[in-house]
Amino acid sequence: MKILVCISNVPDTTTKIKLVDGNASIDTTGIQWVINPWDELSLTRALELKDDQSTGVKSVTVAHVGPASSEPTIRKALAIGADDAIRVNAESSDAYFVAAQLAEVVKKEQFDIILCGIESSDFNGSAVGGMISEFLGIPSVSAVSSISFDGGNPVLTRDIDGGKEIVNVPAPFVAIVQKGIAKEPRIAAMRGIMLARTKPVKVVEPVAVDLLTQVIAFEKPAPRAACKFIDAANPAQLIDLLKNEAKVI
Amino acid sequence: MSVLVYTENWDGKFKKLSFELVSYASAVAKMMNTTVTALSVGKVDKEELAKLGAYGAMKILSVENDTLAVLDNQAYAGVISEVALKENSTVIIISNNNSGKAIAPRLSVRLKAGVGSGVSKLPLSINPFTVYKRTYSGNAFAHLVIKSDIRIITLAQNSFDLAETPNNAVIENASVSFDVSVARTSVKEVKKQTGKILLTDADIVVSGGRGMKSPDNWGPLVELADTLGAATACSRPVSDEGWRSHEEHTGQTGKIIAPNLYIAVGISGATQHLAGISSSKYIVAINTDKDAPIFEAAQYGIVGDAMKILPQLVSAAKDLKK
Repeated sequence: MKILVCISNVPDTTTKIKLVDGNASIDTTGIQWVINPWDELSLTRALELKDDQSTGVKSVTVAHVGPASSEPTIRKALAIGADDAIRVNAESSDAYFVAAQLAEVVKKEQFDIILCGIESSDFNGSAVGGMISEFLGIPSVSAVSSISFDGGNPVLTRDIDGGKEIVNVPAPFVAIVQKGIAKEPRIAAMRGIMLARTKPVKVVEPVAVDLLTQVIAFEKPAPRAACKFIDAANPAQLIDLLKNEAKVI
Repeated sequence: MSVLVYTENWDGKFKKLSFELVSYASAVAKMMNTTVTALSVGKVDKEELAKLGAYGAMKILSVENDTLAVLDNQAYAGVISEVALKENSTVIIISNNNSGKAIAPRLSVRLKAGVGSGVSKLPLSINPFTVYKRTYSGNAFAHLVIKSDIRIITLAQNSFDLAETPNNAVIENASVSFDVSVARTSVKEVKKQTGKILLTDADIVVSGGRGMKSPDNWGPLVELADTLGAATACSRPVSDEGWRSHEEHTGQTGKIIAPNLYIAVGISGATQHLAGISSSKYIVAINTDKDAPIFEAAQYGIVGDAMKILPQLVSAAKDLKK
């Protein structure tokens, strides 16, 4: 069984977002790029499954759509433990474009389980995983918080509004993964960092795909009114303000 | 032309979320001089279906099929795309909740329709079709042009006010030719959360952070939530420590919520936490540290010890509810 983990690189989650070019883009100066947090958890779980020989998972590959400048993100994934990587040499312009590229990768290399984070912390699109599955015509399970095997069959837990469902789905499938899938992201050890330098990164050129969306501007959220402080000696006043001023209780 | 809205049901009933979607769809349809078709999948009786008409749906289509009792993303996307084509829909509106996020991308590929996800306002313009969407986990919003002939919007929860209109809806049973036997998701077990207000549905949320000091201190916080009819939540360190369940974790990697009122108790307000709650209409902060970043996001604040303040809030809230 072969697992593909799709990874995106995003600004470190503590980055203060600044707008430039007349609000047309984000200031990328000094930004630390990291593996999207949910993708990192997916990779961790994929490696745990490979470590457990009873699962039959033989290899973990990472795939990324991005220019050569995103190579450090790929090396980091290899240092954490992925066996090899595929980079589609193109800007990740829109979800439809990215998913179409990744679907091509899956078609060529025949993966059994494709893991995607539930969203990227930059574009918050929640779209790529589901799109890949539809391009391939294979099942997808979304909001997955656990993946394990039961006698060689994948067992997934997904969130539904108001609870959880434990589901079976035959491979190949796409699992769109959220928090809970792995406890903590695995950290690269020195040996892993050394090994990563020699692991194969295959670079493929993109297939032609139309872009369906385009960001034309950004804006910052409207600033909130200054905080009104209530004396700690009289907290009941808060309830009064919430009732009569904010009118929310 | 039409605007199609997919309205999910829970055991045959709609929720506020469904009416919010239809209200939004009606406003979009008005901008485009067209009408709204609402689609319901699953067993929902006529009386319940008719409720969608009160928010502006002109046509209500009901698809009932036993195979669709389980959410299979592929089958649902197949059914919705077929209806969208039949209805000549140029805009499709779905919730940005778990099932919406599961279906919308598949629908996008089927129809070659661009998706604007996590949209929280009416389209900024119809030509070009431009939506306002959350990016950078709430630290910026994008004006996104959707260039395709059909556009999909996933609407952020609690971002649009309900708007009732005279009910002129026609209800029809719709048959679809899509082969739902493609469905390959089988549910082995369902674990329903019962008797509690769902965090993602709640109008009011009371949330605790590390400043609560111990899992044993949650009593008054839960009591305040119960008194206000609120859901309970927590910050990441609290769920990581196992003080509260992961289900309650709100923040960038946990649940993203937008209640009318969010009361943060003993939460300092790290960027990652604010990413999950910044769309709340009102934020209240209770914290011993007057310099905690949560006060920058809050409209009301109390600097002080939660253990002393919470019981007094409980009693004031109880007086109010009498």
